Amino acid sequence: MLYFARWKIYAIVLICALGFVLSLPNFLSRETLASLPSWYANTRISLGLDLRGGSHLLLEVDMAAVIRDRVEGVVDGARQQLRQANVGYTAINAGERAVTVQLRDPAQSDDAVKALRSLVNRVGGGALGGGVPDLEIASSGSTVTATLSDVALRDRATQAIEQSIEIVRRRIDETGVNEPIIARQGTDRILVQLPGVEDPDRVKRLLGTTAKMTFRLVDVNADPTTGRAPPGFEILPSAEGGRTQSSYVVRKKIEVDGASLKNAQASTNSQTGEWVVSFEFDSVGSSRFAEITKANVGRPFAIVLDNKVISAPVIREPITGGRGQISGNFTAASANDLAVLLRAGALPAPLKVIEERTVGPDLGADSIRAGLMAVGVGFVMVCIYMIASYGLFGSFACFALLVNIVLTLAALSILNATLTLPGIAGILLGLGLSVDANILINERIREETKKGRGVFASMEAGFSRAYSTIVDSNLTTAIKMALLFIFGTGTIKGFAVTITFGILISMFTATVLVRLMMVTWLRRTRPATLPV
Amino acid sequence: MFRLRLVPDNTKIPFMNGRIAGLVVSAVLSIASVVLFFYPGLNYGIDFRGGIVIEARTPQAADFPSLRHTLGQLGMGQVALQEFGSPQDVLIRLERQPGDDAAQQVAADRVRNTLAQAVPGTQVRRVEAVGASVSGELFANGMLALGLAMLAMLVYIWFRFEWQFGFGAVVTLLLDITKVVGFYAVTGMQFNLTAIAAILTIMGYSVNDKVVVYDRMRENLRIYKKMPLRDLIDLSINETLNRTLGTSMCTLLSIIPLALFGGEALQDFGIVLIFGIFLATSSSIFIAAPILLFLGENRLRRGSPDASASASGGAAASS
Repeated sequence: MLYFARWKIYAIVLICALGFVLSLPNFLSRETLASLPSWYANTRISLGLDLRGGSHLLLEVDMAAVIRDRVEGVVDGARQQLRQANVGYTAINAGERAVTVQLRDPAQSDDAVKALRSLVNRVGGGALGGGVPDLEIASSGSTVTATLSDVALRDRATQAIEQSIEIVRRRIDETGVNEPIIARQGTDRILVQLPGVEDPDRVKRLLGTTAKMTFRLVDVNADPTTGRAPPGFEILPSAEGGRTQSSYVVRKKIEVDGASLKNAQASTNSQTGEWVVSFEFDSVGSSRFAEITKANVGRPFAIVLDNKVISAPVIREPITGGRGQISGNFTAASANDLAVLLRAGALPAPLKVIEERTVGPDLGADSIRAGLMAVGVGFVMVCIYMIASYGLFGSFACFALLVNIVLTLAALSILNATLTLPGIAGILLGLGLSVDANILINERIREETKKGRGVFASMEAGFSRAYSTIVDSNLTTAIKMALLFIFGTGTIKGFAVTITFGILISMFTATVLVRLMMVTWLRRTRPATLPV
Repeated sequence: MFRLRLVPDNTKIPFMNGRIAGLVVSAVLSIASVVLFFYPGLNYGIDFRGGIVIEARTPQAADFPSLRHTLGQLGMGQVALQEFGSPQDVLIRLERQPGDDAAQQVAADRVRNTLAQAVPGTQVRRVEAVGASVSGELFANGMLALGLAMLAMLVYIWFRFEWQFGFGAVVTLLLDITKVVGFYAVTGMQFNLTAIAAILTIMGYSVNDKVVVYDRMRENLRIYKKMPLRDLIDLSINETLNRTLGTSMCTLLSIIPLALFGGEALQDFGIVLIFGIFLATSSSIFIAAPILLFLGENRLRRGSPDASASASGGAAASS
């Protein structure tokens, strides 16, 4: 027990040195770090949003809207298919997740089922096809129902969230936020963490916009103020509250949609000097756009964003180049934001912010200062107590405690872990728990000494007896921290991680490092009594 | 050579004389805490209740009456304003707004805009807005973590010791935790995710403490085969007293700075932990040990004079 093989001594010293080296980048200035190789300079603890300032947003995808979208698509499709198949119907109703068709003639129900079958997509299959139909079609008498299957709902949800994450990522990248974290949470949530963002409003606006852009024809003959639109048309409000008019009667049919956009840029109109967003279609969009504009010269063409008409310019001549411009009372910022939204693409469904936590950078700095101060003062006070209680062995414990902090920092650095406010509390508490191990050992050694054992025997017995106690008490804490990590969120997780490392490392510093120091001292001085 | 000792060596304090008093006092406090939990109840933070917290720093000392008036006119229910830190720092709390999760966002933005208009130059240092569904989940997860932690403790100690030890530790933990909850109710401190972390920390510390004392009892059970359980428990507590108090002292020394300089967020955490350390240390001695004495009198050892004549009935000393 008291003998250390040479290689073990080297290993212990090496671990401590390594810990020191690995924790060093956390204390170096930015300039010094820049001159170091990146693999080394990057092994640092990153500061949590509560310490460096930033914004934490939890977004929820509106799944009801996703499903509603698909149901409406089925309604439109059904209308078309039934007309093509010459099946007469009296009504098509959209339910929560089913579409019911009332047939005029029950005898045609087979034809109707066949017609609706063409709307079925297969989902969940791989590249080779297969998968399951997303619609279940059933008929009874003159009623035919198409119901979205559970598999289809799940598939839709997965697609919607994955697509949303992708779009959110693109939009946030455009804002130039450094190191954003965008992650899926649960079935329908997206976690967005934006370090250093002091005013998250712009980001929230960007994310809160679906940015579904469509180009549709306007019916100039209908009067939008009557509040009733002819079949196949709808009344949409104007985005700007109406420079020209406050609402428009717009065809439901989408002529070209935003998915065909290749690019969008904010620029100023050379003649009027006002801000516009110029866009460019891909080849499919270009030819479609050319076709429409050719056929509708002289009529207004509405540019609709999220069910609001941004502008409805009259088509003066066919536009064949696939380029166009949106004007609509923009400022530099709003034109830019719209361009970002169009470039990044539309969200499959609206996103809601359901949780926001924003910390300003100077509050974060205050927190770090307070936390470090607390750790520093705590450390000094514990050291004073330990040395007063156990003399030389107490100072060994203090050194071990210092190594403990250094190794904890090193471990967190290697993992690129995030240090949060509760994390600092965790480090402090880890100090308390690791000092407990040293107290246990020292008290045991004292006891054994008092029983009249010799110097070596006391040390030997003290360590081995204390060891099982230390393992027991630390393991219980480790188990709890594991639970905290699994069920905790955000900052609590950081707390659990730091304490767990503190415990594991204290097993090393308290029982191995301290023993090495004591044994070395023992061999050097060969004392007659132990100074505990 | 000077050595600081919190208690003299070789104490022989008959702790088990106070076993009934300890249990009764503890039970009364815990029952009172449970009552306080229901009435008046805890001051749930926005983590668990939903709502909005905004921390702002005004350029001059904040004019609370006028701020209260301005924000009160927004018609967003009760607006709680509180000074903390300096007179320039204002903490604004709003109840959860009716409507869906997104309603919190709208309300938070309105407060922000109103502040910017009412007191130009105001710096918003922190904004937290939590919707109803999120807060419900956070609460459920927090409680789940507490429950599972308790279960894990029970199982671990049961395996490592005997069931009496596991039972004693978990009952003690329950008593400890109810008192911590009572502490939150009495002080009116915010009960939020940090509070769950604090409770779990206290649980960890408390179990840690019990394990050390139990460990010594188990060891002494093997050494002193004839000693009555009651004397043995007293002996074990006395033997570990310096360690128990020393560890508590060290943990206190490292946590007091947290309560003093930790800033608003860590301050509450520190204060609760200080309370928890006193609680955990005393419950090791006055609760966990008496429970073990009651449960183990006939079972953990034979030959105890307190145990009736059925000397053959008990199990041998623990493994």
